[in-house]
Amino acid sequence: MLLRFARGFGQFWYDFIIGDDWKIAAAVVTVLAVAIAAVVGGVHGAVLIPLFAAAIVAGFVVVMFIDVADS
Amino acid sequence: MGSSTTWALLLAVFFAAVVEFVEALTIVLAMGITRGWRSALAGTGAAVVALAAFTAAAGYAITRWLPESALQLTIGTLLLIFGLQWLRKGILRYSGLKAMHDEAEIFEKETMAATAAQPESRFGLDWFGFVVSFKGVFLEGVEIVFIVITFGLNAHHMPAAIAAAAAAGLVVITAGALARRPLTEIPENTLKFGVGLLLSTFGTFWAGEGLGLFAKSGQSFAWPGKDLALLVILAIWAVVARVLMLAFRRRAVPAQTAAETVSVTEGA
Repeated sequence: MLLRFARGFGQFWYDFIIGDDWKIAAAVVTVLAVAIAAVVGGVHGAVLIPLFAAAIVAGFVVVMFIDVADS
Repeated sequence: MGSSTTWALLLAVFFAAVVEFVEALTIVLAMGITRGWRSALAGTGAAVVALAAFTAAAGYAITRWLPESALQLTIGTLLLIFGLQWLRKGILRYSGLKAMHDEAEIFEKETMAATAAQPESRFGLDWFGFVVSFKGVFLEGVEIVFIVITFGLNAHHMPAAIAAAAAAGLVVITAGALARRPLTEIPENTLKFGVGLLLSTFGTFWAGEGLGLFAKSGQSFAWPGKDLALLVILAIWAVVARVLMLAFRRRAVPAQTAAETVSVTEGA
């Protein structure tokens, strides 16, 4: 019973956050990880923020092309 | 945040809530008509109570435990993932690579499943109708709650965000009660695409600000141009979405033509 609830709870959040395409979440998390490493490394916010946005857009475009090529 | 930004936030909340309310309404209508209104409305009521508890717990935890930059990073990231999923579906639908979301078709499927399900009574209620209504309202409701909390906290306008969602609920429920059928006239695909653009824009903006959490000061970063950056980000996402749609539409057309040729050949 408890295991079923835990599985259902996990599945709910997976569907809610990850959704139909896990690659989008993976791309966002990867770009964030690199951006966080850059901040820790001392890159200035004014330089980093536009680069972060550009990387998110680029990541999304790549994911979309992979998606369409797969289908 | 400026007043124009607040209006954009409220519109995003309103239209996102309209989309979710329409989807929940379709499920409740299908259950009400086929399995009885008592069970469908009991399931809806139970989901509303569960949502209220979830909202109180999530809202309390978020506001008490997270500093502003962590809040921006967390909800900006979630909003970004969430918004990009909506944008992806919109791009695929408008380029002809994915079927359009059709409330009438969903209503028919739900109605057929409800008609085929065996009757099972628990606590004096039709259990199938209760559970499906509960799940439908709770799942769509969590998305509304998530968007309201995210936008309300970031814009420091929680009552306005709640009011926008409540107004959307009122509009959809009134229209549904009058029509007594799925609201197919609402341009859901267009709304979803537009809301996807807005969610992705605010997600990019807040996640970027929240990166300041890892700077020595721990303070949020500021975008060049501050709130005006939102317009630039929105324009970039809109252009990217349009370009992808055009690129994929070119791919979709030859694929469709090939499929038609095969079916004509087979038919002959």
